[in-house]
Amino acid sequence: MANAAIATGAPSRPVKYRSMSHNRRWAMRWSYFFLILFVVFFLTPPLYMLITSLKSSSEISAATNPWWVYKPTLSNYEELLGQNQYLIFFRNSALVSVCVVIITMVISVTAAFALARMKFWGSATLATGVFLTYLVPDTLLFIPLFKMFAFVRDTTGIELMNHWWTLIIIYPTLTVPFCTWIMIGYFASIPKELDEAALIDGASWMQTLTKIFIPVAIPGIIAATIFAFTVSWAQFLYPLAFTTSTDQLVLPVGIVTTLIKGDVFNWGQIMTGALLGAAPPLIIYAFLMDYYIAGLTAGATKG
Amino acid sequence: MAQVTLRKVVKKYDEVMAVRGVDLDIADKEFIVLVGPSGCGKSTTLRMIAGLEEISGGDIAIGGDVVNDVPPKDRDIAMVFQNYALYPHMNVYENMSFGLKLKRTPRNEIEQRVKQAAQILDITELLDRKPKQLSGGQRQRVAMGRAIVRDPKVFLFDEPLSNLDAKLRVQMRTEIKKVHQKVRTTTVYVTHDQVEAMTLADRVVVMNAGLIEQVGSPNDLYHLPATKFVAGFIGSPAMNFIPCQLEQAAGALRIRLNDKLSMPVPASRTKRYASFAGKPDLVLGLRPEHISETRPHAEPDQHDFDMPIEVVEPMGMETLVYFTVNNTEICGRVNPDAGSAAGQAMKLRADLSKMHLIDNSTGKVL
Amino acid sequence: MADIAAPTATAAAGNRRSSLHKLVQRKSTIAFLMALPLILLIAILIVYPAGYAVYLAMLSKSMTKFVGLGTFEFILKRQVFWDVVYQSCLFAISAVIFKAIIGFIVAHLVHNIPLKGQRKWRGMLLVPWVIPPAMSTLAWLWLFDPSYSAFNWILAHFGIGAIPWTGEAGWARFCVILVNIWAGAPFFMIMYLAALKSVPEQLHEAAAIDGASWLQRIWYVNLPMMRNIIAITALFSLIVTFANFDIVRVLTAGGPLNATHIFGTWSFKVGIESGDIPQGAAVSLFMAPILAIAAAFILRDISRRGSEV
Repeated sequence: MANAAIATGAPSRPVKYRSMSHNRRWAMRWSYFFLILFVVFFLTPPLYMLITSLKSSSEISAATNPWWVYKPTLSNYEELLGQNQYLIFFRNSALVSVCVVIITMVISVTAAFALARMKFWGSATLATGVFLTYLVPDTLLFIPLFKMFAFVRDTTGIELMNHWWTLIIIYPTLTVPFCTWIMIGYFASIPKELDEAALIDGASWMQTLTKIFIPVAIPGIIAATIFAFTVSWAQFLYPLAFTTSTDQLVLPVGIVTTLIKGDVFNWGQIMTGALLGAAPPLIIYAFLMDYYIAGLTAGATKG
Repeated sequence: MAQVTLRKVVKKYDEVMAVRGVDLDIADKEFIVLVGPSGCGKSTTLRMIAGLEEISGGDIAIGGDVVNDVPPKDRDIAMVFQNYALYPHMNVYENMSFGLKLKRTPRNEIEQRVKQAAQILDITELLDRKPKQLSGGQRQRVAMGRAIVRDPKVFLFDEPLSNLDAKLRVQMRTEIKKVHQKVRTTTVYVTHDQVEAMTLADRVVVMNAGLIEQVGSPNDLYHLPATKFVAGFIGSPAMNFIPCQLEQAAGALRIRLNDKLSMPVPASRTKRYASFAGKPDLVLGLRPEHISETRPHAEPDQHDFDMPIEVVEPMGMETLVYFTVNNTEICGRVNPDAGSAAGQAMKLRADLSKMHLIDNSTGKVL
Repeated sequence: MADIAAPTATAAAGNRRSSLHKLVQRKSTIAFLMALPLILLIAILIVYPAGYAVYLAMLSKSMTKFVGLGTFEFILKRQVFWDVVYQSCLFAISAVIFKAIIGFIVAHLVHNIPLKGQRKWRGMLLVPWVIPPAMSTLAWLWLFDPSYSAFNWILAHFGIGAIPWTGEAGWARFCVILVNIWAGAPFFMIMYLAALKSVPEQLHEAAAIDGASWLQRIWYVNLPMMRNIIAITALFSLIVTFANFDIVRVLTAGGPLNATHIFGTWSFKVGIESGDIPQGAAVSLFMAPILAIAAAFILRDISRRGSEV
């Protein structure tokens, strides 16, 4: 072979390699194979929700193949959406989430602008403090808050317990710190010259914020809004602790506490309720996935 | 009338002195360029004129009024930034009119002024584009347009061409000069590029370590530098600095470079240099173009010498040759046809009528 | 002109410093006012309650008497408390480790396939994170149902008997951890994928030329480059998992026989359901040291990240 190589002048090939593209192709096939396994794992519960929600209660109790719908029916959906109660849960959830989003964005955008751009005594410490408060979990705060509500009732006569609007006051503790953190990171990435140009153009601080920073930071604001919405929509502990009457409940608590009655589980309706309750965040996610992901990763990559 | 006056202006960051007492008078309609290496305080000085930095000491006056406490918007200035700082969510028209809108200028006047500025800069057809859709040069024009529209007392430019590629930079340089000739607004321009400084300025201000080294017309700075720093900073390739001695022998003044090499001081300079004979720590400053290949007949103040050439760099219209004297690398500019070759000796000629004698201990040109 | 300017300047020099001072002050005053709602919110609804929790934990059960550390002493003597500590640590640590491993693997798998397909896969893989945990845990609860479990139905086809998913302590612990991994792994995947994308392709090419196998490339190139994100994500998840409530509450409510209680669910049971507020506050406060340590490490890693840039 060596002789032949010299004779023809062609480069010799002492070891036989499998071609690069061959290796690549197999790496890809294995990647797809494992990805499919993981997707099956990750999507089983929501798919199972959907399957069950399409079954009649007789089909569920007949214990046929649980992974297949033999007689698909929308009766669960009709029944649930025909109930006033479920619609009230939905309305409460929607009102709470929308109000929390608005309050959160107003507080965090103005504060983030002040912290990122204007600097005042203690602003750096406050920025760090904001991040730390984000790490204080709801499971640590619900008991003192519970007591504080009682104190407010005793001193002012305002009853905060068992009202859905109380959640509007409480939820910002979960959303504002992180949204402020995202917005600080986002504002910090805007070149310093932009606000200097605005300053020279004669804009006040408020005008710089509303006319320059907010429009430029729209992607960050969308990401923070989505975050605030999903957190308020999903919050479970506070409404469970602070609301009890069925007309004051929000969706997650409403489904868990009212559809599960003692030992009687109406699984068709529970799954329907859960699926409908998961729908708003899923729909937002489907349309604004990139913003959603930007918000998720912002916490660690910025700042 | 828009003169700008700086009196003993100082800027301190905590303990660091960024600007250490700058005095400068800028006349109305003048184009002044602040030039110097990075960290010399030129940008800080500009930003203090703009009002973006507080002044730690001294006074700044624009059009005769001290503006130390006046916020940027009331100083009647316009600034062009290195990264253009165009508002990304506004189109070109909105970018240019933003300042006027904030001042509640009537709509038709805004429109007229924007159109006029756009015409000067030849960006009329770009008015409804977003900054994203513009090339670097076009963004640069818009940034200038935003400044022109406001018809300010002073234009401030902060390294406006640094983000452009070399070719565009030359083109925009000419453009800026043309615009200034049209609008005649007092201009303060900061750059680290001495070519930009030389080509644009009526007067150049060379800054170093927070102080002004020299103020003068481009030609003055080039031919009559006041300090070693200016001599070395202006001109490319840079001026050669060769350690030397000044000898007084038999009534004639000679520059001695080493045992073998010494040259008589031109007659025109003998009187000026006489008192420095024997002074230690002297440096001969000679620009590369004043070291060339030898020519057939002798000329006054020009001296021939033989040198082994170490490196040859053909540039096309000229060839740079490098050799070493007193452990110092020297650059000369010779005719491409002079037959220079690395490793070979070459007959060169130094034109001492253009020499500078520098006191290395003070950095002053004598 | 300079001659005119100079005297004006001297005359103004007296007031100048003070008025400039005012200007600066005004800016920081505006800034402070803009940040005030945030400060008030944090002070009244986060910092104050956190401090109040400490006070509450020092009261007697009827909340009439100050007992100092008495409640804590009492809790430390209860066997249930130590079960909760054990379960909380088991739950949080094992869940975070598996979430990190799965997230790391899936991120590499997604990174491996052609760019234009990545969005679709990433989209499907993140779904568990998007569904409110209380809702998705209901689906798991139904999948684990004692009599209708869809998993047991499959196992029956392989001749394996029904598994008491949430009915037996060991299995129940497995289940809450599994659901937590399911819900949290996508977050790790997204974070690690973002970190992977920031590893310069040239580094991989250089390593490949140096003769590194794909495993060596992951070990010597990706892992060191992603170290900071891996640490921040894991610490962050440790806090969230440790303080979890929704999943355990919905899936097992702490049962069977308190086997799956973690700090959050147990303090809810003690403080709200049994009405012993001081004890509930004390239980939840036991989370604080662990959370504080994790938070300190996160802060260190984030500031280190900042200084790298």
